[in-house]
Amino acid sequence: MTSSSIEAVNLSKRYNSFYALSNLDLKIEGSNKCVGFLGPNGAGKTTTFKIFTGLIFPTEGEAIINGVDVRKDKKAALASCSALVETPEIYPALTPKEALTMIAETRGIPREERNKRIDEALAQVKMEEWTSKKVGKFSKGMKQRVNIASALLSDPDTILLDEPTVGLDPRGMTDVRDIVKSLKKNNKLIFMSSHLLSEVSDVCDEVAMIDHGKLLVYDTLANLTAKSSRGENAVEVGLSRQIDDGFVKTRIPELPGVVTVDKLDEKNLKIKFTGGVAAQEEILSELVAMKIGIISFKHGYSSLEEAYLNLIKDSR
Amino acid sequence: MSSLRNIDRRDLVPSSISQVRTNVKFELLNYFRARRFYVLLAITLMISALLTGVVGYYRPASYLSSQLGFYASWWGTWVTFVIVLSGIFFGGDAISGEFQNKTGYFLIPNPIRRSTIYVGKWIAAFAASSLVLAIYAATTLANGIYYFGAIIPSQFGESIVFALLYLVAVLGFTFFFSSLFKNSSLSILITAILFLFVFNLIQNLVAGLVQIEPWFLLTYGSQVIGNVLADPYPPSVSTRSFGPGATNLTSYNASIPEGLVIIAVYFIVTAILGLILFERKEFT
Repeated sequence: MTSSSIEAVNLSKRYNSFYALSNLDLKIEGSNKCVGFLGPNGAGKTTTFKIFTGLIFPTEGEAIINGVDVRKDKKAALASCSALVETPEIYPALTPKEALTMIAETRGIPREERNKRIDEALAQVKMEEWTSKKVGKFSKGMKQRVNIASALLSDPDTILLDEPTVGLDPRGMTDVRDIVKSLKKNNKLIFMSSHLLSEVSDVCDEVAMIDHGKLLVYDTLANLTAKSSRGENAVEVGLSRQIDDGFVKTRIPELPGVVTVDKLDEKNLKIKFTGGVAAQEEILSELVAMKIGIISFKHGYSSLEEAYLNLIKDSR
Repeated sequence: MSSLRNIDRRDLVPSSISQVRTNVKFELLNYFRARRFYVLLAITLMISALLTGVVGYYRPASYLSSQLGFYASWWGTWVTFVIVLSGIFFGGDAISGEFQNKTGYFLIPNPIRRSTIYVGKWIAAFAASSLVLAIYAATTLANGIYYFGAIIPSQFGESIVFALLYLVAVLGFTFFFSSLFKNSSLSILITAILFLFVFNLIQNLVAGLVQIEPWFLLTYGSQVIGNVLADPYPPSVSTRSFGPGATNLTSYNASIPEGLVIIAVYFIVTAILGLILFERKEFT
């Protein structure tokens, strides 16, 4: 079975002498996965998405979705792919239901399924109570929810999401992450850009990093963080009370696998350790046994952060 | 398997004609809920009401001396203004608005050609403008029947057809100008200035002072709308002398074939250029 794919072949975009994208070669394929697209501001992430959706055109190279070059046949290329690029505006006089009906008719969703799909998509983004209100009165976050619903509407194989949580409140961000996670289970290939490393760590299985229009790395999240951290992982430990320095300097560093212990503040520690989930479990039980008032124990995202910062630093 | 799945998906996507229909439907829905449609409708009704009041009260000879003269003055004089306003209201920012307001980001990343969107928007603008024009024609007709009876001159029918053709060209032109810019206000302003001042100014200067037939101006071609209601049809060139030094003032009148050719050429050229511009313009 051939899976969905998104492929940039020698893709470049030049504005006068400035290269927004420079010979990008990237092939993402598969299903049931989300690929994060990371890079600093101006790195070329949105430019890439815009080329893939026909909003702008490449100076050189090809943007191919499921085997079809977008420039040559946009209609065929985007037939099985939906996208959300930046924060689109919807005609203000339309209601979410009407706006989604326009997309449904444009995409050829069968008439008998249309209303059901629209209702489901709006329910998925928690906008079911606003279906008949005019979009012009909506906040940016509400509009973004409708935009996300429009991307989900046609049940596409491939989804491009350019910073989908922009403009959303924390609850909205969580909702979108949950939606992306649920989509992954449903045979989809998702390519998502984000500035939030925690979001990428939470949602994505693979990561492509870009800077100055050039691809720095494309690998699985596990490989990338392992390479960067040289096999080290990190956890953040939250405490209910101040911790004695003796624990920080001697007792915790002596635990098996622990490499370093840093006090983030009086009630938070960051522990770097070697080993996988088993080592993490062992450390947690030892810490609990120390009765130091543990109230939270979560994965520290330092590995991806470090990988990101190292790669971006090296490219500059 | 995937390619099969893709083929299935592609088969689902409607034809461009069908997508144009969808686009027209929702553009019209947007127009009919927006303030600008009602503003234009109010202006048109205001013109009709003012004419009804003034003509009814003062009974000017230019309006009431003959049936054709009535239609020439009521319809022929004012309808071009209504058409130009329709062009500005519905075409001025039709394309530039997609860039400035970012509404293009909603529809373009879908399996739809840009030309489909352009044509859909154009047809919607034409339909909305035609509705306004129909309302103005109805008030003209109601007054015409009131003053001159139910026998309507065939020239009025011809004039309506010419007005619709002029509307086609005006919208072609305003869409083209709208495709040139990414700023809605700028494209509306420039279109308004061109139609309301510049074209008329050039026409008067070129014809009156340098005695050149302004065949290159769309507004010159639009003269057929009013001229077809004149009996006899005005001569193509007429010169009047006035003042102590006997200054000659030349005026030109486009013949019906000339007028129709000018209107057709304007529409074809601007429609093609507008489409090419929109196809190539980037959402940066």
